[in-house]
Amino acid sequence: MANASSTAARYFEGQVRWRPLEIVFWLAALLPFVVTPAYLSLASQVAITALFALSLDLLVGYAGLVSLGHAAFFGLGAYSAGLLAKHFWNEPLSGLIVAAALAGIVGYLLSHIIVRFRHLTLIMLTLGIGLLLHEVANSATWLTGGADGLQGVKVTSVLGFRFDLYGRTAYSYSLATLFVCFLVARRIVHSPFGLALRGIRENALRMPALGAPNQAHLRKAYALSAAMAGVAGALLTHTTSTVSLEVLSFGRSADVLVILILGGAGRLYGGILGAIIYMVARDQFSGINPQYWYFWIGLLLVAVVMFLPNGILGGLSALYKKSE
Amino acid sequence: MQSLVGVLFDGFAYGMLLFLLSVGLSVTLGMMNFVNLAHCSFAMVGGYATVSFMNRLGWPFFAALAAAFVVAAAVAVVLERTLYRRLYRASDLDQCLFTIGIVFISVAAFAFFYTTELQSARVPEYLRGAVQIMGINFAAYRIFLVAVSLAMAVLLIFLLERTQFGATVRAAVDNQRMARGLGIDVDRAFMITFALGGGLAGLGGGLAVEFVGLEPTFALTYLVYVLIVVAVGGLGSIGGSFVAAAVLGISDMAGKYFFPWLGAFLIYLVMVALLMWRPAGLFGKR
Repeated sequence: MANASSTAARYFEGQVRWRPLEIVFWLAALLPFVVTPAYLSLASQVAITALFALSLDLLVGYAGLVSLGHAAFFGLGAYSAGLLAKHFWNEPLSGLIVAAALAGIVGYLLSHIIVRFRHLTLIMLTLGIGLLLHEVANSATWLTGGADGLQGVKVTSVLGFRFDLYGRTAYSYSLATLFVCFLVARRIVHSPFGLALRGIRENALRMPALGAPNQAHLRKAYALSAAMAGVAGALLTHTTSTVSLEVLSFGRSADVLVILILGGAGRLYGGILGAIIYMVARDQFSGINPQYWYFWIGLLLVAVVMFLPNGILGGLSALYKKSE
Repeated sequence: MQSLVGVLFDGFAYGMLLFLLSVGLSVTLGMMNFVNLAHCSFAMVGGYATVSFMNRLGWPFFAALAAAFVVAAAVAVVLERTLYRRLYRASDLDQCLFTIGIVFISVAAFAFFYTTELQSARVPEYLRGAVQIMGINFAAYRIFLVAVSLAMAVLLIFLLERTQFGATVRAAVDNQRMARGLGIDVDRAFMITFALGGGLAGLGGGLAVEFVGLEPTFALTYLVYVLIVVAVGGLGSIGGSFVAAAVLGISDMAGKYFFPWLGAFLIYLVMVALLMWRPAGLFGKR
């Protein structure tokens, strides 16, 4: 027994250890400051999208719960941060915490409904709840500004640094938040709780037989994921000083799912890699014609599902293992 | 009185259109558990086929509708044989993403070949204007739409309940493995069902041109409605799809007419509540 538990401990230690490639990756994230200073606003958008994709990864990649309505929590975070800054105070860090708490609580409450279902019903419920929230924000013009978006959000500085025109502060702020949330996510997926989530994903019948409380685990995962999506939404509000109805749209839910699958679900860096590729490609191509952009995304999706079932990152790691 | 009956009838006609668009998806989903989000792309194929046959080749309306059915069915079969069949054992997520990819491609392709403008086709003279019944005006085209849909529903129910092929399909929907074990060629039955479903969607797309308009985002706009019909009606149930489509059509029209400030809120709320109450849909068995 002692032997078994020490093997388990060694397994976890091996998982948690930082790999050189990871350190290189995070150092490379600082490159835009020197290499492409003109694109720092885009870089902060990428970081926000990466955080959103990371939050979805906890659900889709680790817990195996499909969601077509994750923008609901992103939008909740964005609106709560915006309303807070507009009506009360405009200190952003506390705004992040409020947004995370609100999105997390709503996510936890909704999870009581959602985690009981599977297959088409699950897809339709998440889709329905997302659309419902979009409609609510659209009709509640007095609170959200409706289709015109929330005007008059003024967030001028974070920790004494003013948001500048070039996006230097915006990118530093987004990247730092992404990194902190990444550490949290990394801790979660390498904990026994994270292992239980993967167990549920692989076999939803065997886990309860082993004594794991499936539904309670999934509810917790949902709340954590929703809170993280809320942080991403709040970041968008803080860095752009506006909230549009688009934060709750079905398009945003679909985009983030595409990004995650493209990069590779069930891997911490999958969503981040997907966000970098997707956002940079969209920035480059959509200027030509947005219609063509959707054509290429569609083709890419079909190709990834057919030939790269674990996304780009999964493909790369398979290639790496083969070469070893 | 005029407005109440008029709205109810318009809603019912709209519901019948949704029935045509979704019934194929309901049956194929019930058989193979394949989440085909691209079903409305078949409808779009039918719609653009109708427009092309009428405006470019000068075919009459009914011939163009029949052609829409055939073209959409052919596209469905080709897709099923070449791509979809590789994904029957894939996860829900993979199926969703793959078919949404097909939707994106179709939206972009139709925008490229037909521009993003609203398409129109001239229906015959006798289908335009209104018919007066008991002092109430009904749009002739909507009466025609309801008649076609009802005929299709009766035909489908007859096909499914009274023929050898129908028995095969029902067996496959109820228990695919058992059906295979009894020597039923489920793959072949599925292919035919898929073609029929795609064709019906194509017919619906052709009929939709005059009723709700046709543009490249059609496949995405109606996807949500079709999914609601399928999920609420229950998989593999033609009667369920019929009832769900009629209720959805009427409540959508009535909601827009009587409570415009609610928007689509009511429909989504009803769907979420219904699915929580009966996860397998109103008439679903599983």
